[in-house]
Amino acid sequence: MIGFIFKRLLQSVIVMLTVALIAFALFRYVGDPINNMVGQDTTQEERAALKERLGLNDSFPVQFGRFVKNAAQGEFGISYQHRRPVSDLIAERAPATLELSLLSAILAIAVGIPMGVYTAIRRDGWLSRAFMSLSLIGISLPTFLIGILLILLFGVILRWLPTFGRGEVVQLGWWSTGLLTTSGIKALIMPAITLALFQMTLIMRLVRAEMLEVLRTDFVKFGRARGLPDRYIHFKTALKNTMVPVITIIGLQLGAIIAFAIITETVFQWPGMGLMFIQAVREVDIPIMAAYLVMIALIFVVINLIVDILYYVVDPRLRVDRAATGH
Amino acid sequence: MTLLTIDGMRVEFPSRRGHVTAVEDLTITVEPGEILGIVGESGAGKSTIGNAVIGLLEPPGEMTAGHIALHGERIDTLTDAQKRSVRGARIGMIFQDPLTSLDPLQTIETQLIDTIRENLGVSESDASGRAVALLDAVGIPDPAIRIKQYPHQFSGGMRQRVVIALALCGEPDLIIADEPTTALDVSVQAQILDLLKGLCRDRNVGMILITHDMGVIAETADRVAVMYRGRVVETGTTGQIINAPVHDYTRSLISAVPPPDRRLDRFPLVTYIEDAQERPEGLDLATHWLGQSRDYGAASEELLRIDNLHMRFVTRHSIFPSRRLFLDAVKDVSLSIKSGEVFGLVGESGSGKSTIARIVTGIYTPTSGSIRFAGTELTALKTRKEASPWRRQMQMIFQDPFSSLNSRMRVKDIIAEPIHFHNLADNAAEAQKIVTDLLDVVGLGAQAAGKFPHEFSGGQRQRISIARALATRPRFLICDEPTSALDVSIQAQVLNLLKDLQQELNLTMLFISHDLPVIRQMCDRVGVMRNGQLLEVSETETLFNDPRHDYTRHLLDLMPVFSGFGSDKN
Repeated sequence: MIGFIFKRLLQSVIVMLTVALIAFALFRYVGDPINNMVGQDTTQEERAALKERLGLNDSFPVQFGRFVKNAAQGEFGISYQHRRPVSDLIAERAPATLELSLLSAILAIAVGIPMGVYTAIRRDGWLSRAFMSLSLIGISLPTFLIGILLILLFGVILRWLPTFGRGEVVQLGWWSTGLLTTSGIKALIMPAITLALFQMTLIMRLVRAEMLEVLRTDFVKFGRARGLPDRYIHFKTALKNTMVPVITIIGLQLGAIIAFAIITETVFQWPGMGLMFIQAVREVDIPIMAAYLVMIALIFVVINLIVDILYYVVDPRLRVDRAATGH
Repeated sequence: MTLLTIDGMRVEFPSRRGHVTAVEDLTITVEPGEILGIVGESGAGKSTIGNAVIGLLEPPGEMTAGHIALHGERIDTLTDAQKRSVRGARIGMIFQDPLTSLDPLQTIETQLIDTIRENLGVSESDASGRAVALLDAVGIPDPAIRIKQYPHQFSGGMRQRVVIALALCGEPDLIIADEPTTALDVSVQAQILDLLKGLCRDRNVGMILITHDMGVIAETADRVAVMYRGRVVETGTTGQIINAPVHDYTRSLISAVPPPDRRLDRFPLVTYIEDAQERPEGLDLATHWLGQSRDYGAASEELLRIDNLHMRFVTRHSIFPSRRLFLDAVKDVSLSIKSGEVFGLVGESGSGKSTIARIVTGIYTPTSGSIRFAGTELTALKTRKEASPWRRQMQMIFQDPFSSLNSRMRVKDIIAEPIHFHNLADNAAEAQKIVTDLLDVVGLGAQAAGKFPHEFSGGQRQRISIARALATRPRFLICDEPTSALDVSIQAQVLNLLKDLQQELNLTMLFISHDLPVIRQMCDRVGVMRNGQLLEVSETETLFNDPRHDYTRHLLDLMPVFSGFGSDKN
């Protein structure tokens, strides 16, 4: 187990270094960093002095080493556009995105799994058929369209919910939350549903397919033949076996929710990292782009690590070395 | 009082094209402590009986006539909830495959205790005590320790013991065992059958033993019902059925079982079994396509020679060499196969038989050792292109006819694939002609060409596999358990076909099987394997009559004693 985690950590470090290399290349070679920092009237001498001071004359490995060292401490330089440290900007924007993403993830899991289980157990019920038809909409309509349709219906026609922004936020230390005010919660509803819908239907269909597969296995049949009640078979035997493959997908999707919040944030003008990234792309604000890239990679790597550890918890077959099995 | 009475039962599966009757007019009884064997081939409706009795027929199947009574009390008319209380508590069931019968994510303890509590309603500590006692009763050593383990920590035979313990949890009066030993090795099969017999005797439990294997019936059952196409064609005591069968089908079935005690030239033609097809008599190699370019020079005496072959798999990777774990699947094996000979490899699962086949065909690269085929060192051929002419000369037939054919390809394309790959035909029309010809040779007929594999039965699919293997005009054929997934009657046909082809084409064969009687019928010489080692090689008759190695003797002792009623007739 410890060896396994060690190995995975090592792989994670390699992945992060690769991403850092891409981010660094972006930073160093897309445009001239000096040009981006100084005004039109800076003299050549001042530029050269600045270049020397910033260490841009050092060799590539030295510069990359410095970039990694700074990045590891959360330091990505100064935003060209906002003239403020990128780390501050991210710390400011992160709570909005994380709150939205986590709520969407919880919604997707809490609704998707029970719906998947239900449609698998009552395959031919009318409610199952209704869920399956609805899920087609969730899978096939693009996120931005769903967002726009929701805005049209609840924001413009019914005027129940705000169409943009986070509403009022409360400051808890450095974390700003919209969950403590009515307007904050109201503002969260539509973006969260928009972001969750695709994942929810994906999870539901996945759980359903896996569960149907498990319900056909011999050990389920043997359970029934021993007189175990349906409740036991469905939830203690089948669901647990269903979760093994589902965990991987949910983990990856959780990363995707955070990374792809960009679209939802744009539609709802949600003041999160995704919106900031889109604006950074428009303004060629390289430090923000580099930082965002590294951060999303980190989130994916951490989630994958957690998924791997969860595998160990759920599936006993992985806990023992294969060589030790047998007799 | 009679334990179980089934009277006039009919089970039907409604389908779009009318009802399919799986079981028709079935009447059987089981007494307490008695073992009733139900024997028949796949599709005979054996398993449907078991499912009907415990009320778990796969929908849309339903019982449309007759009744089932347990201790004189009808159980087929109960509500679903009442049926559930019968299952486990009064009727236990054992399934075929112990590897898939247990929930992989829960300990044996949880599965046992939950089942006991559900059926008997006792306290947790009481159930825990019973669980350990049950494991002890089914012969699991150190039950108190092993109960904490997960199913994957048990071997196949041990898992089947756990399955039996689980079936006994509710203290049932009747056990239905559906092919309980089919997935197990011979030595384990004998132990499990002994265990089942002992349990029935000691606990006065009645048992229905469903199997396709006459040997199992002969050793275990008190009475036998022979099923054919959903009907019981004959019932009687075991001795009566085996020694003096009345019905034609029973006779056919018994004559198709390969006798372990003598070698037959060909299996008797089973006229009652309808799958049998005639194939053209004898091939004239001088004119036939299969005979062309077979002039492999003067046939050297020795076609394949394996020296000091070693195959090591890493089972645990680690950056520290001392922490790596290895499995030596093949250890220092040397053997030689003469041209035109059928060489048998026999051994239990995990003995390394199939690994050798895979090394010879180039699927695995051996860790060390040499393989010489017709004088050429195969391990020295590094590129695919270099190896290709040799690979063409050796072909393989796999065990599972269902997964070894691409289900999305038509039969003609499946067979033509190796022809195109090795550029053996000038154009597509010629390839099609060869395919038609091959289908004739294996007795399927040209009309099979346009169909897909799922339209064929297991035996027919295995014929397709054989046709595909012959498509490159090989001189060396590797058969890896070619008939172990087939019914005995079909097995007899496929083995006859292989024998015919071997003689007509003068093929050299490596024939791998765990089934000693089959080996005896097919092979000229036999090698016995255990744990990756080749223990002994000798002429087939010598091996069976005068085994030298202790393990061979042990295997021969375990061989089912059933030798068929025909033994005194031939």
